[in-house]
Amino acid sequence: MLCRRHQTCWDNSLFLNVGTIESIQQDIVNEFDFFDDWSEKYQYLIDLGKKLPDFSEINRIDDNLVKGCQSNVWLHAEIIDDKIIYTADSDAIISKGIISILISVFSGQKPDDIVKAKMDFIDKIGLSNHLSQTRANGLLSMVKQIKLYAVAYNSKK
Amino acid sequence: MKDVYKIREDFPILNKKINGTDLVYFDNAATSQTPIQVIQKIVEYYENYNSNIHRGLHSLSADATNQYELSRKKIQNHFGIKNDCEVIFTSGTTHGINIISSGLESQINSSDELIVSEMEHHSNIVPWQILCEKTGAKLKVIPMEDNGSLDIGSFKKMLNKNVKFVFVNHVSNSLGTINPIKEIIDLSHKNNTKVLIDGAQGAAHFKINLSELDVDYYVASAHKLCGPTGVGFLYGKSELLEDLPPYQGGGEMISSVTFKKTEYADLPHKFEAGTPNISGVIGFGAAIDYMNDIGFDNIESYEQELLKYATDRLNKIPGIKIYGNLENKISVISFNLSNHHPSDIGSILDQFGIAVRTGQHCTQPVMDYYKIPGTVRVSLSFYNTKSEIDLLIDALQKASNMLG
Repeated sequence: MLCRRHQTCWDNSLFLNVGTIESIQQDIVNEFDFFDDWSEKYQYLIDLGKKLPDFSEINRIDDNLVKGCQSNVWLHAEIIDDKIIYTADSDAIISKGIISILISVFSGQKPDDIVKAKMDFIDKIGLSNHLSQTRANGLLSMVKQIKLYAVAYNSKK
Repeated sequence: MKDVYKIREDFPILNKKINGTDLVYFDNAATSQTPIQVIQKIVEYYENYNSNIHRGLHSLSADATNQYELSRKKIQNHFGIKNDCEVIFTSGTTHGINIISSGLESQINSSDELIVSEMEHHSNIVPWQILCEKTGAKLKVIPMEDNGSLDIGSFKKMLNKNVKFVFVNHVSNSLGTINPIKEIIDLSHKNNTKVLIDGAQGAAHFKINLSELDVDYYVASAHKLCGPTGVGFLYGKSELLEDLPPYQGGGEMISSVTFKKTEYADLPHKFEAGTPNISGVIGFGAAIDYMNDIGFDNIESYEQELLKYATDRLNKIPGIKIYGNLENKISVISFNLSNHHPSDIGSILDQFGIAVRTGQHCTQPVMDYYKIPGTVRVSLSFYNTKSEIDLLIDALQKASNMLG
């Protein structure tokens, strides 16, 4: 079920040298276009969640918890060569799938690009319709946290 | 009981489709659905006699006041309450608890002890923590046991002369346990300790006689009893309510106001400041009538039948773990499936049109007790059917396959 692009991402633990934010977002939109119904989208998220690389235990701290999710979602960011590397984990597999999509879009990108990135791909993949309000809020919180890290790194420069 | 499919015709929402499939509503412990008889009563109020109560001399106001006070009578009769002035309308269970917790501030001091249980809803914990912070009183906790019961032996040992109040739920919202409240009340009274029972989950499932229970305070919400949201009642023994200061100041709760001194109104008005939820209270009365027409004995036995059917079918699913296995429970089943996060199960069930609650159910201490992040909670009502339970079982098996 997993596309080659994602497979490549997972093989590279640092998520570096991926495409531009726009091109990755478009790839994801294209992928979701293939799915006929919600169960395929969910299955895809579940599979992505399972493939998310292990999260470093030292980063599993309360400061890294994303507020506003019903399940625990930890998001860690560090900067390597002017690019932000995001890693994440969750105790719920669907949340893990969602954060994995966000990581594939944003990890390895420059802070400035992350701050400026448009987020309409989320609506285009039609996932919001299939997420309960709680989950949809969780997704928004994850995006917000990803952007906040980028803003913080930008202002540090 | 009247045929369940006939009963379902009273609930317009049960015809709803979710993601193209029929809604299966199993979140009744969070809020019950509203029958057309209650909806019509509320519409009738707004169409025919919408006006403020206890104030106007005009006909509309008289009609509204009569209907509002009729609801108070209905609740008094239904719950076996001696005097109608002991029924205080509130915005719900939480409001009722807060009226008491804020009122007790002047009666509690730092040498006093208050007791809650480990299986309380947060709304029956936090107001008492606030009261303890303000007064210096000590909050003690009745521990729970693995089967979802309260450890009454420990409770007996906790009772001493300093214990002024016990706050326990009638029924646990996360486990469905029916607590031995008569025993708790009698033990407490022997110790000169007053008792407040949180009846949010109890009131909807069987008939209760508060005078026979001899409870000091009882609180419940209309929306768990087929009534509207934003309304509930607080019962208190009149001599206790008279000793409590008002919760809010405003109109309706006074008998005279001068800048020198204000005299408070008598019960129940002392605690009903401002314009209340008039249509809600009238709807609450209609809901009590509706449920009594179905019959609480019928509701209880049918819900127990559903509970047994659902428990038996769930127990056959590999990896299922049900929390709270007492004989004495209402039709609430809290469970986890293998090590899947409850929110994953809940999200997938929602796609099948099945509404359940997932998470901690505002009872974090219960989840901490079992060392789990939460549960999936299925709460069944008298308008649910066995075929809906079959749909749940199918959906759970599919969810289990998807999650792997």
